Amino acid sequence: MINHAWLIPVFPALAFPIIIFLTRRVRPLSALVGIAAIGASFVMAVGVLREVLLNGVTMAHPVEYASTWLGIPGLLKIEAGVLIDPLAAVMLLVVTLVALLVEIYSVGYMHGDPGFSTFFGYLSLFSASMLGLVLANNYFMIFFFWELVGLCSYLLIGFYYHKQSAARAGLKAFVTNRVADFGFMLGFFFLFAIFGTFNFRELAAAIPSYQNTGFLALAAALVFIGPIGKSAQFPLHVWLPDAMEGPTPVSALIHAATMVAAGVYLLARAFVLFASLPGIMLLVAYVGGFTALFAATIAITQRDIKRILAYSTISQLGYMVMAMGIGSMTAGMFHLMTHAFFKALLFLGAGSVIHALEEQDIFRMGGLYKDMKVTVSTFVIAALALAGVPPLAGFWSKDEILAGAFDHGFTGLYIIGTLVAFLTAFYMFRLIFVAFFGDRRAGLHAHESPLTMTVPLVILAVLSVVSGFVGAPFVSHGFSSFVYYGEPHHIEPNYGVMLLSTIVALAGIGLAWLLYGRPSDVPARLAERYRSIYKLLVNKYYIDEVYLWLFHRVGLGLAEAFNWHDRHVVDGVFDGVGDVTRLSGHKLRLLQTGNLQTYALVIFTAVVIIALWMAAPVLGGVIQ
Amino acid sequence: MANWHLLTVEILTAALGLGLLALGLLVPHSDRRGIAYVATAGLAGILAVAIGMREASGVVLGGYVIDPFGTYFKILFLVAAMLTAVCSYDYVEKMGLNQAEYYALLILATLGMMILASSGELVSLYTGLELMTITFCILAAYHLGDAKSAEAGIKYLLLGAMSSAIFLYGLSLVYGSSGTTVIREIGQQVATRGASPALLLGTIFILAGFAFKVTAVPFHMWSPDVYEGAPTPVTGFLSVASKAAAFAALVRVFFGALPDLHNFWVQLFIALAVLTIVLGNLVAIPQTNIKRLLAYSSIAQAGYLLLGIVSFSVLGVGAVAYYAMLYVFGNMGAFMAATAFYNNDGSDEIKDYAGLARRSPLVAALMLFSLLSLAGIPPMAGFVGKFYLFMSIISRQYIWLAILGILMSMVSVYYYLLVAKAMYLGNPPEGSKPLQVAPGLQVAMVVSLLILFILGIYPTPLTNYAMNSAVTFFMP
Repeated sequence: MINHAWLIPVFPALAFPIIIFLTRRVRPLSALVGIAAIGASFVMAVGVLREVLLNGVTMAHPVEYASTWLGIPGLLKIEAGVLIDPLAAVMLLVVTLVALLVEIYSVGYMHGDPGFSTFFGYLSLFSASMLGLVLANNYFMIFFFWELVGLCSYLLIGFYYHKQSAARAGLKAFVTNRVADFGFMLGFFFLFAIFGTFNFRELAAAIPSYQNTGFLALAAALVFIGPIGKSAQFPLHVWLPDAMEGPTPVSALIHAATMVAAGVYLLARAFVLFASLPGIMLLVAYVGGFTALFAATIAITQRDIKRILAYSTISQLGYMVMAMGIGSMTAGMFHLMTHAFFKALLFLGAGSVIHALEEQDIFRMGGLYKDMKVTVSTFVIAALALAGVPPLAGFWSKDEILAGAFDHGFTGLYIIGTLVAFLTAFYMFRLIFVAFFGDRRAGLHAHESPLTMTVPLVILAVLSVVSGFVGAPFVSHGFSSFVYYGEPHHIEPNYGVMLLSTIVALAGIGLAWLLYGRPSDVPARLAERYRSIYKLLVNKYYIDEVYLWLFHRVGLGLAEAFNWHDRHVVDGVFDGVGDVTRLSGHKLRLLQTGNLQTYALVIFTAVVIIALWMAAPVLGGVIQ
Repeated sequence: MANWHLLTVEILTAALGLGLLALGLLVPHSDRRGIAYVATAGLAGILAVAIGMREASGVVLGGYVIDPFGTYFKILFLVAAMLTAVCSYDYVEKMGLNQAEYYALLILATLGMMILASSGELVSLYTGLELMTITFCILAAYHLGDAKSAEAGIKYLLLGAMSSAIFLYGLSLVYGSSGTTVIREIGQQVATRGASPALLLGTIFILAGFAFKVTAVPFHMWSPDVYEGAPTPVTGFLSVASKAAAFAALVRVFFGALPDLHNFWVQLFIALAVLTIVLGNLVAIPQTNIKRLLAYSSIAQAGYLLLGIVSFSVLGVGAVAYYAMLYVFGNMGAFMAATAFYNNDGSDEIKDYAGLARRSPLVAALMLFSLLSLAGIPPMAGFVGKFYLFMSIISRQYIWLAILGILMSMVSVYYYLLVAKAMYLGNPPEGSKPLQVAPGLQVAMVVSLLILFILGIYPTPLTNYAMNSAVTFFMP
């Protein structure tokens, strides 16, 4: 199966043109093609993981095969290749599984939408690009798919393109990511300039012995800009909350479970580059830690169900990046996996609610548990997992990160992480108590969603419970001896850390119940009392406003200056060049008289001139 | 004694051409379409044989060289001839003349190109050249009763004869100063005896002859007039295959017989390349007729191919071979689109292409992507080809030449997009109907289009074949 792993992205890649060009008119067939393609990929991903486990493919001994895509011997080699190690195998499984469930869910969610078929086409293209990104064996290829993933994200965020806010959100995501991608591109071109290869393993072999760490640090810092954009880290996180304008299944697949994880995945792939640079690692860790805290504080004041989840995603991605920064790739990837399941579940659950109510403000919901039993109960399971309540998945992975921070002596980051765990439990259960419990609001008619939507919810709920056990401390040869950097290091279970994070999670839930568990005016009074802080949080620290101001004052001011320069200097020059080019074309054309004798004359004259030119040295006696 | 089996491709081609002539006399007048199909099927069969023989090598009769390089080009000629044949069905029927002769001439021209590409000896090389030139004279004038077609035939005949004379004179000078016509032996003679003035003059004359065939400036002037007047499928074939054949022979003569004079002739090629790239692209801008536009664009393309010669390296020759192959699909694609349009509307004027995208998405897409490939825009095949060509001269430190080439490529985008603009943004004229395109031609169009993408997205297999075939000129 491993030798045919390249087929995994090919199935959905073929589904895209088939849907767009052939089955577009027949909606059920489009959905079937999309689901069958990603289903085939999923089956293959399972097969690949099985072989990786059975055949002893490890991080140190991966399977790699490649053919030259574009090459000039001795100058340049760009490969199209596949690199399969446990890291890629796990990621393949997560992406195909979540994508499969999301596509099945979408059959119900997108029912009746005029863009039904197109939607499945885009989802297929997205899955193909993401799977290509996971399989890539070199920077050039990963960048290619990285861009493709960005393009799909743009298409899907702006899927309701007739809505101005959706079109704008799509544009914002695209532009923000372009800024980050440019940094990434510069970074790996730097690496190519130093080492002369794009290949991950060749680089991994060459980097440790390279002496000039200054250059290397520059390259690493530039590469890191890529994940800052794609994984929505501060300060380039602004696009992700707006990306919620897309259809909710897209939010679940792209903006929670898979695409945003691409940045973290890149950090894992490029880990050898970062691991040799302690300064950059520290930067990565603190960017992640800060983002985790920063986004969690915003999440506690938001009212829109999808926005709360979006800030929660940013916060959790911060955790993963932080784990990478403290040197525990295992913990980061473990959290990426468990988070993919429960965050996809949260978004799909939110989608189920939105589908039923056509409403996104949690304060206009209430009492939903009576009408939507499956949705609400699975949502609660996912929230418990996210909050880190044992023995659910999030508990084990979050604990691994916190224990890692504690053991490696990053006390500051450990405290931040624990604080974020508290905030996470609080904002998730604030959402649950407000939206799902309490009294029904008047005028709302909730109903449970169809089976195509609830079955994926249940499957994801099961995974949210059990997927953490693969990395739990009582499992020998678990996740940490499978996906790792360098030598597998098993973090000893730290019961103190475990106990504290459990207490913190329960405390967060308890506080949410005290404030929102029943009707009370305490939240409003608190908001009034700490008015300035509240306003700061509700307005997301005014980051968007700052960017807007910067853009208007500085950006547009500069633009104005450039515009003048362009119009009066550059245009003048280029119009001039264009005119000269065109004019010379018109003049030179006149040489073409159509007269046979002229042509013959030109040929003879040319021969004579060449002969004279070449004969000059001979006549002068220079040539022997 | 002789290993005749190496000549299978040539013998089959000759038999097919002559067989078609005979068949034309036997088949009743009403059933002439069958001949076109026989010609196409025959070419396809020979193509399969040629592909099977791609690794064969050996020398027949002392002076005829079969090697991967020659076979690569034979495959190219056969592909181009097939596309031309498919493209000609309706066109030739419309002209209402003897179809068997048309296809027979097409195939004999192909035979001439094969001989040109495989000759390791100057006299047989010249024979191949003449076979190709004379059949093209007839084909160019095939549109009886059309003054422009007749003009094209006459111009090609007279100027072709003149250039042949110069070429032949060059051959005789080379023979006179080295005492042999076998290319390999000339190479040995030059290596031991050095260059004489007569040899240098011969080199210049031979170069002028080739420059005429590949339409290098200033030997290009015949081409726009001939291209415009000749039947459109013939123009496509002439612009693609005869040019490729001349390049193959050029590589054989200059790299096989005269590598020691490399420092001498490389300056000539640089001068020709610069003039050709600049003039071809600039004069293409004001053209209003699609065939003339393509004529100038193909002059410019010849200039890019000359860059590969200038680099005098495996990479350069491999790049020439690669570019020539994708150029078949790019340029034939554009000519197929032009033929389909002419068959319907009877016009070659670019302004009449307005709104073509709405009348026939396939034809417009073929034209657009063929032109984009010619312009060298990724992911089209043309990008990869130009990439190799430019890399080959950059690796020889001709950075300025690469910059010039890239700048002029940008100019070319301008005039190619003028056509695209008309097709996609213009409005179709009142009362215009969707284009009728024969199913066979449609298939050929889709295949060309796919290959243009495939060679651009996954160029490695063809690249390897092209580069390996080029190695033969640099073996000690």
